[in-house]
Amino acid sequence: MLAVENLEVVYDDVVLVLRGVSLEVPRGAIVALLGSNGAGKTTLLRALSGLLDIHEGEVTKGTISLDGVDVTHRSPAQLVGLGIKQVLEGRRIFAEFTVEENLRIGAHAAKTAPKESMARVFDLFPTLADRRRATAGYLSGGEQQMLAMGRGLMSDPSYLLLDEPSLGLAPRLVEQIGELIVEINRQQTTVLLVEQNANLALSIAEHGYIMETGKVVMDKPTTALLEDEDVREFYLGMAHEGETKRSFRDVKHYKRRKRWLS
Amino acid sequence: MTQLLQAITSGLGQGAAYALIAVGFVIIYKATSVISFAQPALMAAGATAVALLTGQAGLGFYTAVVVAVVGAALLGAGVERTVLRPMVGKPVFILAIITLGLDVVIRNVTNRFIGFNVRPMNDPWGLDRTTLLGITIQHRHLAALVTTAVLLAALYAFFQYSRTGLAMRAAAIDQEASQAQGVNVGTVFGLSWAFAAALAAIAGVFIGAGSTVDQQTWVVGLKALPAIILGGLDSVVGAVVGGLAVGVVEALFATYQGTYMPWLGSNFSIVAPYVLMLMVLLVRPYGLFGTPEVQRV
Ligand SMILES: Nc1ncnc2c1ncn2[C@@H]1O[C@H](COP(=O)(O)OP(=O)(O)O)[C@@H](O)[C@H]1O
Ligand SMILES: [Mg+2]
Repeated sequence: MLAVENLEVVYDDVVLVLRGVSLEVPRGAIVALLGSNGAGKTTLLRALSGLLDIHEGEVTKGTISLDGVDVTHRSPAQLVGLGIKQVLEGRRIFAEFTVEENLRIGAHAAKTAPKESMARVFDLFPTLADRRRATAGYLSGGEQQMLAMGRGLMSDPSYLLLDEPSLGLAPRLVEQIGELIVEINRQQTTVLLVEQNANLALSIAEHGYIMETGKVVMDKPTTALLEDEDVREFYLGMAHEGETKRSFRDVKHYKRRKRWLS
Repeated sequence: MTQLLQAITSGLGQGAAYALIAVGFVIIYKATSVISFAQPALMAAGATAVALLTGQAGLGFYTAVVVAVVGAALLGAGVERTVLRPMVGKPVFILAIITLGLDVVIRNVTNRFIGFNVRPMNDPWGLDRTTLLGITIQHRHLAALVTTAVLLAALYAFFQYSRTGLAMRAAAIDQEASQAQGVNVGTVFGLSWAFAAALAAIAGVFIGAGSTVDQQTWVVGLKALPAIILGGLDSVVGAVVGGLAVGVVEALFATYQGTYMPWLGSNFSIVAPYVLMLMVLLVRPYGLFGTPEVQRV
């Protein structure tokens, strides 16, 4: 299990972005992490994969543990070695490399030869096999997302952290990416799925967290989240007729007050 | 005609050494976005090491070269690790200034070893020459060209096919994305410096070959600067073309300028590469092979 406990992250020594986040990703699960832009989702993933350093960010409080072992301040290379792999937001493939080179670099930390993992990736994403010698920058958006995910899988990680894989993709492709995530998970890879597209995330995850301004504000099985009025309104776009759009936070305040009144 | 071809071949022979230094610049620049001004000093240090090892220490020439090149690589990596790594994240121009300081330090230490003597290289080529199809070519130039060609082929294979070479290329394109694949970018920085220093040391051997090493040898290494700016800071091919071009232009001016343009004064061949560089920059501000958005430091 990958567990985050009471995590605080500060950028540039002053900007407090995560304010005591706790989260659990049990082995074998698909866990969704939702939240609007700027909530701190990417920052949390960076903490998990050791990529805060390059952004002048730092964990100032709390712990991250992998199967009970504290891995809070490990380097990205060490964390990849331990089987935690992040697929960055915006794909970030190496545009001037070929598809195959992108996959080879994905296997940088792999213990097995790239050949085997490459066969698995080509099996999952047959379009990549067809275009293995193509320059990655010329792939379509959907293909680039598949390449980014395939590159992530090349080191055979136990935990795959996906940062907004559906971003900027047409609905049909989003659906396909969703199916692929389910298949990847079926092949023994645990997935932490960060999304703004709650429809996709909640349709495939078993548990979901919702973040707002650096805090987890909701933490429920997806079935419960799907039934939650606020989630339906603000994350699934099922607003009631005539109602003005309020922010999720207002609702929380309202709820809290209501609870206090009753 | 023969005279022209002769000037060109000797220019290429000399330019090969500039190209090696320039390729080192580019490797460091691509990995770290820093122009390392320490290359000339590392070149002189390599040349000096070979001269001393073959002279006082009595080592064979090739053994001395291997020792000097490995030593330079370790020095490069060590300097990167101890002096530059702690500064990562600072503006690149500050890092460039630090390399300038390193250049001075390495030069001073090297000069202590040289003293006021002129040290012979004891290389096997000397000023021997062979005449091929009517053109006389010096063995040291031939050796420089062949060595450079072999090294470039080896570098190409390394960057294209090896795991580490691919990681170095990836880190040059996108540091965060390569870190996310488990690439240790610190190792990449260190390796870049090791490569650059080793190439500079080999260049130093050819710059000293058939001649001697003294306290002014490092100045020759400065010719790699017009070479990389000519070729484009971020292009290995550009560095090679630039280095060879500087060598050839220099040789052409040395051969013909006294006859055709005596009014430019004696020794104009020394400034000729810079004039060529300025002319190229007027037409292509980012060099012949550079990427347009590359910034200059
Ligand atoms: N490198 C950085 N330096 C300073 N602030 C940052 C940095 N990266 C992100 N932030 C800030 O942290 C907050 C959370 O950002 P982020 O984790 O990217 O959110 P999300 O992924 O949920 O959109 C935002 O307010 C953002 O402006
Ligand atoms: Mg984000």
